[in-house]
Amino acid sequence: MPSIILDFFRAVWRGPFGPTGLVILGLCVALAILGPAIAPYDPVARNYDAAGKLLRLAPPSWQHWLGTTLLGRDVLSQMLVGARPALLVGGLTALGTVVIGVNIGLISGYFGGRIDSFLMRLTDMFLGLPFLPFIIIVLSLTGRSLTTMVIAMTLVMWRSTARVVRAQVLSLREMPFVAAARITGASDLAIIYREIAPNIMPIALVSVAFALAWAIITEASIGFLGFGDPSVVSWGSIVYDAYASQMMYRAPWWVVPPGIAIMVLVSAVYFVGRAYEQVVNPRLRTG
Amino acid sequence: MAGYLVRRFWHMVLTLFAMATLMFFLFRLLPGDPTATVISPSLYPKAQEAMRQQFGLDRPLFEQYLLYLRNLCVLDFGFSFQTNRPVFEMIQGRLLNTILLILPSMLAAYLLGAVIGAIAAWKRGGAAEISLVFTATALQSAPLFWLGMLAILLFSIKLDLFPIGHIVTPGMFPEQDWRMYLSADFLHHLALPFLVNTLYQLCFPLLLMRSTMLSTIGEDYIELGRMKGLSERRVLFGHAARNALLPLATTLPMILGWAVAGSVVIETVFSWPGLGLLMIEAISRADYPVAQAAFLLIAVLTVFGTFIADLLYGLLDPRIVYA
Repeated sequence: MPSIILDFFRAVWRGPFGPTGLVILGLCVALAILGPAIAPYDPVARNYDAAGKLLRLAPPSWQHWLGTTLLGRDVLSQMLVGARPALLVGGLTALGTVVIGVNIGLISGYFGGRIDSFLMRLTDMFLGLPFLPFIIIVLSLTGRSLTTMVIAMTLVMWRSTARVVRAQVLSLREMPFVAAARITGASDLAIIYREIAPNIMPIALVSVAFALAWAIITEASIGFLGFGDPSVVSWGSIVYDAYASQMMYRAPWWVVPPGIAIMVLVSAVYFVGRAYEQVVNPRLRTG
Repeated sequence: MAGYLVRRFWHMVLTLFAMATLMFFLFRLLPGDPTATVISPSLYPKAQEAMRQQFGLDRPLFEQYLLYLRNLCVLDFGFSFQTNRPVFEMIQGRLLNTILLILPSMLAAYLLGAVIGAIAAWKRGGAAEISLVFTATALQSAPLFWLGMLAILLFSIKLDLFPIGHIVTPGMFPEQDWRMYLSADFLHHLALPFLVNTLYQLCFPLLLMRSTMLSTIGEDYIELGRMKGLSERRVLFGHAARNALLPLATTLPMILGWAVAGSVVIETVFSWPGLGLLMIEAISRADYPVAQAAFLLIAVLTVFGTFIADLLYGLLDPRIVYA
């Protein structure tokens, strides 16, 4: 396991995009951990000027670098606090997606036959499920919380990972090392998890990256549509507050930063994912 | 081919059936009175009781399920809590609005993406290519709702080129009939959401086309083309691009599904009266029959789009055998 992680960093560290992405990702993780501690103000507290007047939609200044919202809240503090839900929801969803997707792909591809056609039929059904509308329905029926969001997204997102992994397993299972393991009397489970699984780890890591990117964007979209956890300040909910107040077009400092933050974070994930994919998938390697 | 078509069709029906079933049980998961999603809690208790009997909601769950499926087959989605009108009346026009926004935009995105991606592969290695890849990745990573808001801020409010939202100027077409869709006013309202959605959606085909073309450069038939003395341009556009179109076409069903599902976002930003916006509005007003019907119709659109795209792919690649 550690050697895969080491290989991962070694692979990504080449080329201009991979390292850029890794550095940005590292910064975002640091922000997610430290954000609430370094935020200059309470993100939901109302701020007043020296004369005691509420700072409504104040443009950027030395006191409030990114200005304030309609309710006089500090945008910079909201931005710093908002990194945590984005990465938490994204990370947990990506993890859950890969655990489910890899297992279904392994079982489906290895056993074939009826098990395979049942699992693939199931996968196809999930592929037809409209992703964002489904999550919104689930959130509105079962209550808006980050936990529900992670569970609902994971329940749908495993579908693409399962397909990719299964395709890989189909060719791996015909390899001599699998036949050799069978001759030595290894059980099916041992062959799946000891012989085949290590070989699909690179593909699984690539799909972690893409799942992470999608989960972060989806978390923000849910927040923007107003179905996020009401007690959590996230980058999506900042845009929603601006949108719902109908003041967003008068206060660009309120709307622009969360979008840029999401864009930079997701780009970084894509950069790392693609850099790694290029090393893993020799077909993509070009001179 | 005919056999494949029939099998693929049944597969589609089965998928929709599974989704309808999922929705039935999901909406009855609600804490409290399970009929609260079918009968408006704001009605008088006596009226609620009467409706419960009329709709068969006092019967066992399984019987209710059969009734629900039967109603779906005859397009009876119940009544809206908000307007008390049949849900079917409310969703009819919305379906067309969503298709008019998403479909042309997706086609434009795939065509443009393929062309620009091919050019990027042709000019590989330059600063222009790197910045194009960088820009496309950044655009693809930006949240669609945010791009829409920026576009409104820039083009509608600062430059006053396009209206801020809606499908036509309110009050201009009180009957909302087909003449609305042929008016210049409609196109004027369509332009900005169309452009934003196209720009966002073209990033994926662009990047894929570029990387697929780069990976074909080492293939034998490309070498052969070069040895025959064909120009680099001929080799790339005549040979490489043609083969790179196939992987691109395989992704179309999936991306079409994403785009239909993502219509929720773009319709909300531009107040575009499609299915997605209807669903969001219905949920925020706890109008569950409408929300459920809108969701099911979005699902039908997704599954049917995938079905068509799959068939087209078969036509495109003669090597595919429909066994």
